[in-house]
Amino acid sequence: MARPTHARYLTMEQGGYVAFLIVVALACLIVSGKTYDNVMAFHAAFGALVTAGGAFFILKRYFDSDGAVPPQEIDGRPNYNMGPVKFCSVAAMFWGLAGFTVGLIIALQLSFPVLNFDLPWTSFGRLRPLHTSAVIFAFGGNVLLATSFYVVQRTSQARMPGIVTPWFVVIGYNAFIVIAGTGYLLGVTQSKEYAEPEWYADLWLTVVWVAYLLVFLATLWKRKEPHIYVANWFYLAFIITIAMLHIVNNLTIPVSIYGTKSYIVWAGVQDAMVQWWYGHNAVGFFLTAGFLAIMYYFVPKRAERPVYSYRLSIVHFWALIFLYIWAGPHHLHYTALPQWASTLGMTFSIMLWMPSWGGMINGLMTLSGAWDKLRTDPVLRMMVVSVAFYGMSTFEGPLMSVRAVNGLSHYTDWTIGHVHSGALGWVGYISFGALYCLFPWLWNKKQLYSLKLVNWHFWISTIGIVFYISSMWVSGILQGLMWRAYDALGFLEYSFVETVAAMHWFYVLRAFGGGLFLVGAIIMAFNLWMTVTHGEAEAAEPALAPAE
Amino acid sequence: MADTHKKHVDEVSGVETTGHEWDGLRELNNPLPRWWLYIFYACIVWSVIYWVLMPSWPLISSYTTGMLGASQREQALESLNSGIAARNEMGAGLADASLEQIQSTPGMLEFAMANGRAAFGDNCAPCHGSGATGSPGYPNLQDDSWLWGGSLDAIHYTIQNGIRSTGDETRLGDMPAFGRDEILSKEEISQVASYVHTLSGGQPEEGVDVAAGQTVFMDNCAVCHGEDGKGNQELGSPNLTDAVWLYGGTIADIKAQVTNSRNGVMPTWGGRLDENTIKSLAVYVHALGGGE
Repeated sequence: MARPTHARYLTMEQGGYVAFLIVVALACLIVSGKTYDNVMAFHAAFGALVTAGGAFFILKRYFDSDGAVPPQEIDGRPNYNMGPVKFCSVAAMFWGLAGFTVGLIIALQLSFPVLNFDLPWTSFGRLRPLHTSAVIFAFGGNVLLATSFYVVQRTSQARMPGIVTPWFVVIGYNAFIVIAGTGYLLGVTQSKEYAEPEWYADLWLTVVWVAYLLVFLATLWKRKEPHIYVANWFYLAFIITIAMLHIVNNLTIPVSIYGTKSYIVWAGVQDAMVQWWYGHNAVGFFLTAGFLAIMYYFVPKRAERPVYSYRLSIVHFWALIFLYIWAGPHHLHYTALPQWASTLGMTFSIMLWMPSWGGMINGLMTLSGAWDKLRTDPVLRMMVVSVAFYGMSTFEGPLMSVRAVNGLSHYTDWTIGHVHSGALGWVGYISFGALYCLFPWLWNKKQLYSLKLVNWHFWISTIGIVFYISSMWVSGILQGLMWRAYDALGFLEYSFVETVAAMHWFYVLRAFGGGLFLVGAIIMAFNLWMTVTHGEAEAAEPALAPAE
Repeated sequence: MADTHKKHVDEVSGVETTGHEWDGLRELNNPLPRWWLYIFYACIVWSVIYWVLMPSWPLISSYTTGMLGASQREQALESLNSGIAARNEMGAGLADASLEQIQSTPGMLEFAMANGRAAFGDNCAPCHGSGATGSPGYPNLQDDSWLWGGSLDAIHYTIQNGIRSTGDETRLGDMPAFGRDEILSKEEISQVASYVHTLSGGQPEEGVDVAAGQTVFMDNCAVCHGEDGKGNQELGSPNLTDAVWLYGGTIADIKAQVTNSRNGVMPTWGGRLDENTIKSLAVYVHALGGGE
């Protein structure tokens, strides 16, 4: 039985958020009124709406519940706070579909340029960051928020603290996504790859991210287990490092607080180096460490087997986070970057190979004693294939960081193929696997609506990935060879536009592969929807408190 | 919570776990895979050797240059210069030869065509098209209708100096905006457009006084385009009788051009491309099919 404790007044936390949100709302109103910049007016108005709405709902909830505070435990069992986890799981599926769709559109634009429609809002230049941010930060970010809040609570046997803070994190993060995405469409960008949002969006994200770190740390602090589970090391490394990267790469000075435009404090090759220190570690800590954390919880959970090696997990964790942070310069081979920096980036990338594979070994070997489950459980199969893709991309990455290889591969579609074998295969599949696990758990259902549909999703999207990455490998190598071909008299064999024309059919095949991946995700969304609305309820164990 | 004092053994593998348990998850106490460890060591050893040989670690105001003394910048310069040297050797004759000599000397012609083709692809194709067939506003270089002349020297001059561009000797010639600047009335523009349309065998617009159009033409246009409408290459004024149109040949297109007058720009390539390349381009463009 829930025995809510009653507080007569707003808690410090609630009061603090109400005050903070009202101050932000007022600031937004002033900016919205005084700005000369239409996009700023729109974004400030949106900010005012969200923050004022937030303050209103905190107060409304306080009065509706007569000041009741959710209990930490019910009958001696932790009363986990799963509302924010549910929110992010649904948001992840929504943004995933949106991001994959935009990806398909820009793939088709590259095959058939007429699909740019000659409109600024639908041009490739604006839709491309919309795609990358939607899949990395909106889809991937919400998967990380959902799973990290779930995993840290379950493995600490403690409810995450705060009445407002977890909701502030998840809603604040998604508000950031909306500001970033609408900004791209309206032409607002810092022109830094994977760090396109302008200064005001960056500031807001910084506040949200610090709150995220505090919730995560405080939950660990409350844990009932003496040791911290390996997944939580990875989540913590991800949260802390992303905070550092985000702040250093976004040190900008706004032209005016009433305008969207800002200038970065770094100049020239130093700016390039900071950007790729950020860019590469966004891959390393967001898309690798964060998703390894997911792997370390969901694979052993689903396989019902212990993690293969504790020692391997500890060695590869520390090796990974120590080495990854150095590898950024391999994005700037043969540029104005000094050769010594380029060498360091390359050698650290080579040393990173085995620490990356440590995660793959631990993931795959955890299945020893449970390999038969691959035949019957398509969700586990998806996660295992994901780990295999992780191994493949983390072999290909160090290979491409070698200067001689990079001389051929850089600026070509090979890079796109490499990124997508990691993004579709590794990040996509481990996320799908985690969401397929989470939905029945969160909504107290016995199982998914249909494992058969998971199977269809698996095969359709696997074929899609194969089309995608093999067409990009071939086209990338072809492109690289065409660019460097000389005729007998020492003149370039091909003009640039001829190399573009040669890519056409590969781009069509790539779009086809991406289309299959999207079809798979639509099947998944349907399956999850049916699980929530039509799934058979889990009767026995009231593991979760009802959503607040 | 697991009992940490007693060793817990996994039944399936027979391997000890660490004794901890989180939400039903345990960890086996397996050693590091040997092959994994040895490859990891090998990568580290390889990197250290690489640091000794190549420029790698930053110092206070310089960096370790490595035992091989390799410099990426010098290598790039070397390879660039050797390419230039090789081309200069092969193209040595070009600098002193006239365009006609280049065209009639087999070795030089072959070199100039290869140079011209490569330079055209990277510099000219964005406007004139990779097949040099042009597009609206950008002339087709395959046909024999030339705005500024199709001889070797005329083509060379155009590439060297550009059209309505920044060079001192650039080709100049602006058509006035007869409508926008209120030189002609709408009715007069309509009349002259119909007249111009008839010059290349087209039909006039219904109900428009073509004779009046001819008068307008003689008073305003003939000074550049000639009384017969055959144009003047000195001024870059197009021949209006050959049915080749830069901005389109319908009556509406002609009205639009007379009213607002677009005057396209071609860059001054002298100074941006070297003299041998410009000569090669002239020979290449001349050979595309329309050279005079």
